[in-house]
Amino acid sequence: MIRQHSYWQLFSAVCKKDLQLAFRQRAEIVNPLLFFLIVITLFPLAIGPEPGLLARIAPGIIWVAALLSTMLGLDKLFRDDYHDGSLEQLIASSYPLPLTVLAKVVAHWIITGLPLVLMTPLFALLLNLDTNALIATVLTLLLGTPLLSFIGAIGAGLTVGLQKGGILMSLLVLPLYIPVLIFATSAIETSTMSLDYSGQLAILGAMLVVAILSAPIAISSALKVSVS
Amino acid sequence: MWKWLHPYAKADRAYQLCNTLLPYFAVITVVCMIVGWVWGLAYAPADYQQKDSYRIIFIHVPSAILSMGAYSSMAIAAIVALVWQLRNAELAVIAIAPVGACVTAIALITGAAWGKPMWGAWWVWDARLTSELILLFLYLGVLSLYHAFEDKKAAGRAASILAIVGVINLPIIHFSVEWWNTLHQGASITKFNTNAIDPSMFWPLMLNIVAFAAFVGTVTLMRLKNEILQREKHRPWVRQLLNRG
Amino acid sequence: MQLAGPNGAGKTSLLRIIAGFSVPDEGDVLWQGKSIIKNYDEFARELLFIGHKTGVNSQLTALENVQFWLQIQGYNDTQDLYALLAKIGLVGLEDVPVRMLSAGQQRRVALLRLWLNSAKLWVLDEPFTALDKAGVAFLQQRFITHLEQGGAILLTTHQDLTTHFNDLQTVTLEYRH
Repeated sequence: MIRQHSYWQLFSAVCKKDLQLAFRQRAEIVNPLLFFLIVITLFPLAIGPEPGLLARIAPGIIWVAALLSTMLGLDKLFRDDYHDGSLEQLIASSYPLPLTVLAKVVAHWIITGLPLVLMTPLFALLLNLDTNALIATVLTLLLGTPLLSFIGAIGAGLTVGLQKGGILMSLLVLPLYIPVLIFATSAIETSTMSLDYSGQLAILGAMLVVAILSAPIAISSALKVSVS
Repeated sequence: MWKWLHPYAKADRAYQLCNTLLPYFAVITVVCMIVGWVWGLAYAPADYQQKDSYRIIFIHVPSAILSMGAYSSMAIAAIVALVWQLRNAELAVIAIAPVGACVTAIALITGAAWGKPMWGAWWVWDARLTSELILLFLYLGVLSLYHAFEDKKAAGRAASILAIVGVINLPIIHFSVEWWNTLHQGASITKFNTNAIDPSMFWPLMLNIVAFAAFVGTVTLMRLKNEILQREKHRPWVRQLLNRG
Repeated sequence: MQLAGPNGAGKTSLLRIIAGFSVPDEGDVLWQGKSIIKNYDEFARELLFIGHKTGVNSQLTALENVQFWLQIQGYNDTQDLYALLAKIGLVGLEDVPVRMLSAGQQRRVALLRLWLNSAKLWVLDEPFTALDKAGVAFLQQRFITHLEQGGAILLTTHQDLTTHFNDLQTVTLEYRH
């Protein structure tokens, strides 16, 4: 048996497997989206359909719904791999675990974050957002949802071995989501006033870079603890 | 660093260290707290604007400072635990966490009580109070994660990882909340203007901060002793200790 | 080398420490004189671990599972996998998700890795579980070839292996509270 070390081979294999599994059970992709849509529908019903009011609170609604719907998918991120023993095989592989983890988080974002970004025009329509705010929403979701996946995966890694990890994971992860929420909603709000919001985007981008570099290490050590 | 830490990797040595340090911390706590409270609450002059209600700073400010301080020490213990695989440092993380959570809760309650005469409401979304609330969530996260694990060895390591993740995020959270606050409220009343503090209030405040720090240290050391005994209960040195006492 | 002992004696725990998943309370695990905790990547290259949980995804087919495993271990997947599937008795089932297979067949999917690796040390937790007689004999055959090539096997089992392996060492763990 010949061994060739190709990081790309590992990355694509892990990514491909998760995407393949998600597309075999499409509910995994569709359900968080439906959840998101339903949460957004609840707000006009709860506070009244006045367009001005909706447009004013839309950034908050969209982002809180985004936080909650990414939480849904996180629970599954490592669970199957933990239960069938694949996680042990991934740890015992001679590749660095953070790279494997990076691939899994990227796959998770493609399954849960990207569809949200693509569906934004529909939500903007429902919440009476103008074009400026729509563009801002798409941009913040594009930078912010991968951040949610990275931070959330730390919580998922820490709780994957626990019987009732789901709620605990949201307790651990949601406080860490607060900066993302603040900067993203403020960017959208600034855009509705036709002001420059590149500052907020830059902060989100910087946080994303830091997360890509550091979160995989934290996730790997969390997974090692869970497997032990 | 490792050379300095190495002797305390052994549980009985760490236990002895706790015993040696404990009296000093306890004495400092008692002395500073009595002097600081009497001085601050009875002798320091009243504020010309806030009258006597400002006196809550002698509890609020030390507890707010210590809530951050305890979190940083917890994170330092966590880093030591993970980098040098030191089990005693993991126990220190767990010893500090509930103490820190309590101090944070004290800071929140006194902050709310202070807000009532100042703003006329128990809770205002002030930047400092909001940060403090999020800090409490972070503490509770570490605690509930630790207690969710049955295997306490894994629990200690998991809690340490979370503490480190938390401490990296803490400045970002703090900054974002400050920024959010200025964005939404404009220039709000700052409760406490550090430049303007009179020496007659400053010294009792410092004394109270020292007292609180020593208090947190005392309780942490006592908890750490218990954690060490709990974990090592089957070892001969603990048996010996119990037989003697 | 066989690890024996009653249920609950700590066979699996010991295997997991040796494979580097758990950290021992005291002591260290050495591989060629080096601590595996400090040199895990080096050790992982020489290790093949199949645990109680075999690491076979039940949604994927046998073929996909094997290919995924080869990729994450960094092997070239140019082998004739179909021939191998035929050898182990899974031919015709390669396109069925593993969850549709019987327990013994699922175990075979995991054990396929034994034919597809260059690791020196095999750490196997109850490899004979759910296998039929022919399967057990076939697996033992593979063990003999591996040993002849200079490999080492550490396994737990309740089977009697002495008749097939003359240089078998058995370590028995006792149940102690």
